[in-house]
Amino acid sequence: MSLSADSGQAILLTLQLATITTLILLLLATPLAWWLVRTSSRWRGVIIALITLPLVLPPTVLGFYILLSLGPDGWIGNLTQSLGIGLLSFSFTGLVIGSVIFSLPFAVYPILYAFEMLGRRPLEVAATLRANPLDAFFSVALPLAKPGLLTAAVLTFAHTVGEFGVVLMIGGDIPGETRVVATQIFGYVEAMEYEAAHRLAALMVAFSFVMLIALTRLRKRAGAALP
Amino acid sequence: MSTPPISLQLALQRAEFNLAITITVPARGVTVLFGPSGSGKTTVLRCVAGLERASGQILIGDEVWQDDQRQIFVPTWQRELGFVFQEASLFEHLDVRRNLEFGLNRLRIERQAARVALDHAIDLLGIGSLLDRSTVNLSGGEKQRVAIARALVTKPRILLLDEPLASLDIARRKEIMPWLERLHRELQIPVIYVTHSLDELARLADHVVMLDQGRVSASGKLQDICTHPIMTMAAGDEAGVVIESTIQRIDREFHLAEVSFGNGTLWVRDAGVPAGAPIRVRILARDVSLATSAQGSSTIQNVISGVIESITNEAHASQALVSVRCGEAMLLSRVTHRALAMLQLHTGSPVWCQVKSAALID
Repeated sequence: MSLSADSGQAILLTLQLATITTLILLLLATPLAWWLVRTSSRWRGVIIALITLPLVLPPTVLGFYILLSLGPDGWIGNLTQSLGIGLLSFSFTGLVIGSVIFSLPFAVYPILYAFEMLGRRPLEVAATLRANPLDAFFSVALPLAKPGLLTAAVLTFAHTVGEFGVVLMIGGDIPGETRVVATQIFGYVEAMEYEAAHRLAALMVAFSFVMLIALTRLRKRAGAALP
Repeated sequence: MSTPPISLQLALQRAEFNLAITITVPARGVTVLFGPSGSGKTTVLRCVAGLERASGQILIGDEVWQDDQRQIFVPTWQRELGFVFQEASLFEHLDVRRNLEFGLNRLRIERQAARVALDHAIDLLGIGSLLDRSTVNLSGGEKQRVAIARALVTKPRILLLDEPLASLDIARRKEIMPWLERLHRELQIPVIYVTHSLDELARLADHVVMLDQGRVSASGKLQDICTHPIMTMAAGDEAGVVIESTIQRIDREFHLAEVSFGNGTLWVRDAGVPAGAPIRVRILARDVSLATSAQGSSTIQNVISGVIESITNEAHASQALVSVRCGEAMLLSRVTHRALAMLQLHTGSPVWCQVKSAALID
């Protein structure tokens, strides 16, 4: 199956976006989930609601507000302009910011769940064996939560690859900059190029399927009982 | 003994119960915290470890682990302790060897000294053959032995055990008990052992602190606690005494061992323990009858003379618990008030204790 240069570019950009988003979200979601599990702060409920919001909002609503805040009158826009970076709307960086927000619940929830399942006991054991809290986090909590981290990574990656609404709102479908697979397919369909759309769409189905199978395998190897 | 003891002063208010205790634990030997569930014994142990925080003071020898007046609270990871939890708590992402080395890697000691500490703990708990196994495939008893060794590897100042046998079935308990008894004989550090099992108490305790609803109801040496009214009440049908003694000689023909006791000797089943070895014998009050003379012909071979020291009433109005002093040692006997009246036995009466059964337990 041969792909057009446009499709190739879109695939490459999509993989770049998904990889960067996944890495950022793992770094962001892990401490966030850790805090959420251990805190007794009254803000916990509010923070969890905020994290869950992208799950229930239509991507267009989310994309619309991210676009506004990235724009010349938005707070992120003001910030980036005063820092001399310029505006991030309709740019790859803007797309990354949007994707991170959009996939936040997909990263936080599996890790949160893994930390919750862990309970306090392994950390208490680590403390009685002279491990300070940071040491215990890295040497006990993280390795034991590995299945959760894997799930978070795979879900975030797949979810980012599949996003459409947010990307369209803040990216604007610029070839080589913000045109990802999902928007490329939409473009092909609009232009009645069903053949090209088919190839790319079939690839997406196959990719998602393989990702989910890989997830089950990886989790099994990491010691989790359920996928 | 020059080493200062361990002193605990703890107060904690919870919805379920209030804890208010002052305990002094000797610097050597096993101190058992004994009491029903909800008596606060596990909470006390967790406070010593710093896993929970009560107000008060915790002094371990010359070290201060907590002193509210001086605003000192040493976090758990800086306390030189070994802790064994009720259920197996090995790290599942590490094999047995890595579990053992976990604490060791966090000590600032020479490689050679670490090696010695590791080998000693492995030998003490007999887990040399398990080192390369995954923790998932170990039996419950093996897991707890590894957990105890892991705690000992760090050369703690004190070993804390929170009902280490409670999550095991009877067969596994029997499997691990000899190792605990070996620890009891060989460990140079103080041990605080939480349990509600009389069997573990009889086998392992040197000192006992009895807790009830967050208070100390009685404390003292094992021998003294055994005859304490609060213990005999708590033990109920299992009330009895524990005697520490040595084996005098072995009778090969009848497979019995003779144990010196009070001002006489006791015959117990030969359990393969050689003559001269220190042993413990547990004698339940229900297995001791009283007689006014040393009857000649009876199947009861163990007859020891003594003097009645006290008579207390039992839960059922017909029953009495009699403490008999036999030289240095004490025996408990459960009899009926009717029998006491018919034999005219009172405090101070000389009696012969007929011991139906005495079990060698160590």
